[in-house]
Amino acid sequence: MEQFLRNIIDNNFFIYGVMAVVPLLWIVPYALFAVWLERKVSAHMQDRLGPMRVGGWHGWAQTIADILKLIQKEDIVPTAADRKLHFLSPWIVFIGSYAAFAAIPFSSAFIGSNINIGLFYVIAVSSLVVVGILMAGWSSNNKWSLFGAMRSAAQIVSYEIPTALALLAVVMIAGTLNLQEINQQQNGWFWQWYLFRKFPFIFVAFVIYFVASLAETNRTPFDIPEAESELVAGYHTEYSGMKFALFFLAEYANMFAVSAIGSTLFLGGWNSPFGDFLGGPFWGVFWFLSKGMLFVFVQMWLRWTLPRLRVDQLMYVSWKVLTPWAFACILGVGFWMMF
Amino acid sequence: MNLYDIVFYFFAFVTLASAGVVVFSRNIIYSAFALLFTFFGVAGIYVLLNADFIAVSQILIYVGGILVLMLFGVMLTNKVIDVEMKTGTLQTLPASVLVALIAGALCGIFYVTDWKIVRGVSAPATTTNSLGEMFMTTYSLPFEVASIVLLVALLGAAMIARKDRLPQIKNQK
Repeated sequence: MEQFLRNIIDNNFFIYGVMAVVPLLWIVPYALFAVWLERKVSAHMQDRLGPMRVGGWHGWAQTIADILKLIQKEDIVPTAADRKLHFLSPWIVFIGSYAAFAAIPFSSAFIGSNINIGLFYVIAVSSLVVVGILMAGWSSNNKWSLFGAMRSAAQIVSYEIPTALALLAVVMIAGTLNLQEINQQQNGWFWQWYLFRKFPFIFVAFVIYFVASLAETNRTPFDIPEAESELVAGYHTEYSGMKFALFFLAEYANMFAVSAIGSTLFLGGWNSPFGDFLGGPFWGVFWFLSKGMLFVFVQMWLRWTLPRLRVDQLMYVSWKVLTPWAFACILGVGFWMMF
Repeated sequence: MNLYDIVFYFFAFVTLASAGVVVFSRNIIYSAFALLFTFFGVAGIYVLLNADFIAVSQILIYVGGILVLMLFGVMLTNKVIDVEMKTGTLQTLPASVLVALIAGALCGIFYVTDWKIVRGVSAPATTTNSLGEMFMTTYSLPFEVASIVLLVALLGAAMIARKDRLPQIKNQK
């Protein structure tokens, strides 16, 4: 992709600009589709139909109508809010989730930046979201917002540990942090995926990663930061119009980012499950996006199936269940590699 | 002016401007949030110096850990309990003299030191592998000592957090 662009116009500003915008061309339509899908999935799980009218076929244009409504809405800032931080925080949250896409390989031919520490970078840069959420909660000057932000930050900071440890088990086998190389190592049939190597250990690490990633994106059963029944809407209670839409976009972008990392490390990323069948860079995009969307669907499925955890249960799961098991996986993989 | 220079000046400007906000802002919460941009600017300069691992560690540890902890501290003490924190200036004259002396000393050291510059050697593509190897071989003892210090700090924090729970159990008996 970079070479292709270089053939058209040999200008660094142009090339890096285009490379930076490409993931956005996926995220925005994906977010519109995912919001619609979420509503349809929730409706069918509760034996309803969900949106059916806008656009004709099963209300496919519902979210497009919604986003047009959000753009036209008045931007309300509470009188007692801190205007500067109130304005800044949706941007910081979105930048934090979008920055992760820079190192995610969409195909063998496209990765925003093929850096050697890609995975480490993705884990680190997502911590920006925590700061943005704290900023939103504090600047709104609303007790629900502040509570939501505090819970969210405590939750994300705690669950970063099992996430990183579970990913470390894969990195030990791969011997690299470069996401493109990790993908190339899983080339071939689906039993070459890391999910099925060193059998029970990486599989357990995958389950740990998936559970922890639910918490990192504030999805049910870990959605106490925006528990509607207690906190109105959590840290974005006082946001309306496009600022609220940015939080929403960031949440869905984050959902896809953790899914993309999961599919890259455990499910072969852009590799076809059937050897060379439908392989190559263009089909790679298809496989990568379908694996990501599968995870997104499972996240929605769980959201409408499971009840919410209490705060103490949340911390219990992170520190006393997921973290020790992640360490056990690392030790298991380590011993397997030694003998 | 090529891309490298523009990026350098951008990060340098972000670092200095936000550091200025950290120091001069009267509102302590602005200072805490401005620190976010300072850390990012410094991380960007690390990237330009080919120190990729240190740059990402800087973001992970300072933004993801220390800054969040500081924000928690500031948020739980400021405004929530309706106590305005004092961030005024005291003893301006002695402080400025002292700061000027330190700044002068630092600049002097910077100009006097005979910096060892090696030309024509390309920087390694990644520093992660060599860093990991050194931690496991040459610097394994300092690495382990640092780990033990951190572990002790963790245990200490857990002990302090549990402190008020013990007398209650005694009372119940």
